[in-house]
Amino acid sequence: MFTEPARAMMTQTTTLAERLLRSPAVAALTSPHGVDRYLELINPMWAATEVRARVVDVQRENPDSGGAAVATLTLQPTSTWRGHRAGQYVQVGVELPGSARRLTRCFSISSAASAPGERFTLTIRAHDEGQVSKFLVHRARPGQVLHLSQAEGEFTLTESPATPTNRHLLFITGGSGITPAMSMVRTLLRDGYDGHVNRRVTFLHFARSAEDQIFAAELAGIDAGDNGVDVRLFHGDQLFSEQLLTRIVPDFREVDTWACGPAGMVELVSAAYGVSPTDTSGSRLRVEFFKPPTVATGSAAGDLTFARSDATAANTGASILEQAEAAGLRPEFGCRMGICFSCTARKTDGTVRNVLTGEESSLPDEDIRICVNAPVGSCTVDL
Amino acid sequence: MTTKLTPDQLHAFGKEMDSIRQRILADLGEEDATYIRGVLKRQRQLEVAGRALMYLPPAWPLAVAALSLSKILDNMEIGHNVMHGQYDWMGDPGLNSRMFEWDNVCPSAQWKYSHNYIHHTFTNILGKDRDIGYGVLRMDEDQPWHPYYLGNPLYAFLLMVFFEWGVALHDLEVENLVKGTRTLEENRALHAGIMRKVKRQALKDYLLFPALTGPLFPLTFAGNAIANLVRNVWAFNIIFCGHFPAGVESFTEAECLDEDGPDGPTESRGHWYYRQVLGSANISGSPLFHIMSGNLSHQIEHHLFPDLPARRYPQIAAEVREVCERYGLEYNTGSLRQQLGSVARKIIRLALPPRRTTDREPTAAPVSEPVAA
Repeated sequence: MFTEPARAMMTQTTTLAERLLRSPAVAALTSPHGVDRYLELINPMWAATEVRARVVDVQRENPDSGGAAVATLTLQPTSTWRGHRAGQYVQVGVELPGSARRLTRCFSISSAASAPGERFTLTIRAHDEGQVSKFLVHRARPGQVLHLSQAEGEFTLTESPATPTNRHLLFITGGSGITPAMSMVRTLLRDGYDGHVNRRVTFLHFARSAEDQIFAAELAGIDAGDNGVDVRLFHGDQLFSEQLLTRIVPDFREVDTWACGPAGMVELVSAAYGVSPTDTSGSRLRVEFFKPPTVATGSAAGDLTFARSDATAANTGASILEQAEAAGLRPEFGCRMGICFSCTARKTDGTVRNVLTGEESSLPDEDIRICVNAPVGSCTVDL
Repeated sequence: MTTKLTPDQLHAFGKEMDSIRQRILADLGEEDATYIRGVLKRQRQLEVAGRALMYLPPAWPLAVAALSLSKILDNMEIGHNVMHGQYDWMGDPGLNSRMFEWDNVCPSAQWKYSHNYIHHTFTNILGKDRDIGYGVLRMDEDQPWHPYYLGNPLYAFLLMVFFEWGVALHDLEVENLVKGTRTLEENRALHAGIMRKVKRQALKDYLLFPALTGPLFPLTFAGNAIANLVRNVWAFNIIFCGHFPAGVESFTEAECLDEDGPDGPTESRGHWYYRQVLGSANISGSPLFHIMSGNLSHQIEHHLFPDLPARRYPQIAAEVREVCERYGLEYNTGSLRQQLGSVARKIIRLALPPRRTTDREPTAAPVSEPVAA
């Protein structure tokens, strides 16, 4: 082990090296590619601006469950990691073996708020359709390096007018929607939020079955502890209802609330607060929900949504470029035959068919050439 | 002038090309990723070695060689191909056409417009494809002669030496400014982009790295300048051999319209492929030569399938050639020496006014007569 002065010196050298790597001089010398494009060739954990993480531990959360497997990955990020606020998520990029395609998905962070460069955990459920979640849960091994974004999202504890506060806090979660709330509760407890002086936390969670309940032991410990946190777990048929909520937290509309889970549950919760899931303003409710996967419904059905322009048109089956132009948009384009990549835009949701190859793709957050891709069913494009 | 293929033949030819494309698309994967990452790694190693060897004066020629090779790989097998979107499917930001910037004074965004869009869409269409002569040379019989073109060989030489600058200024369409069909206002944003890139490139090669070698400043400065020059000469020659040897054809806009679209006559997909074949020329050579040319030695395959990873072109070249020959289409290929000689002769020949009967080299494909309609 290192002595304290040695460690201090090492930290100092690291910061000096880091500062140097991020300096304009080094940027000028490595232009136009940037210093990370050189560092990654030596060691993927060296980075000046990008964020990557090494998997240091993989824990199965529900080994006995017959349902979808859940695993917690402990990640050691690069020194570029700026830390996260409880409730935030991170984009994880993984190169799936065999295809060499890097797929990027968002996952909520399950550990308490982290400081720059500090380890954190992701708790991931392996969805049947989810190539990335299945890979991470079943095949991620210590030592593996993942690509990350910085932490993102406003479904957080600190952004809320409720903190720091002495008031009652309420969490309502369903399924794997428990992870951001878990991060918040863990943060509160770690930081000495002990439930005295009238500071209470109520944590309601709805899971498919007792076997599917993740963090069960920890939640039981939290519930039993002298901390003012009241944990209520509901399994199977016990679904969320306003009645149930009124019984547990009679003045729930006056309580700062975080709800996260499947879209259906979040809709019910929002209705109880008298707001919609997409606009909770005017209430004390904040929500985050997973979108149900869009199912392809034949080529010329559904809606084509242009996210940036906030416009929607009935899908005619023509190319996205033609449909955008018909809707009065003026997206950038070039050859109109798929060779020049001028019209590349991000498809955030839905399925598209390449009119040249007939190939269909349903990957979320995918760059597509809008001149040679037509929506199959409903589709959202960032135009 | 119409094509020498019937509409049915064009259609069938297009189908055959589409099926080659399809097969390669379906096969893209780990091998392509490993390959391009390998080239990238080798380029970065050569670059670092080149920069480091500048500190060792006896190794100066070696330093210049390493840096030259690095810049050639960066611009050709990596930059040109990545910016075509050939590796976008990998989802790696370091190999993404929208993010990649190359070691060249021409900003990638402007190059992608003039090259990926204008040149690759309107390949060898007179008046549309500005790569024909790059706005300064007479490279086609159908460009009207003017006494200015007596300087053709000199302009070509200067364009070769200052090729990266020529490519950067290409987008400003200076010839159109002179003609008055373009305004300075339209160029303002382009100017800013070019200046930003030029500053960054010049700062690195002509100030920072030389300064870092202290007393060796002049030597490093000269070494960096030579590396840029070597890259310019190499790129110019490979690119000129890709479109200007004897036998390569040019087209008029009107003769490319063979289909009726909703907004009037358009070019069919088969016709587009046909034009790409006849408007391009290959250079034969070793695998290493193909890599160093960014596989633009397979210019025909590149023009048919500009977004397929270039390492695939050698794999499909024999098949493409066989299909072309079956349809009676000239598949223009030759050694570097043959193609260079042919290009040089054309540059000199076209400097002079056309002679009434013998102003054309005999070509295998009897197209490109002046169009009357």
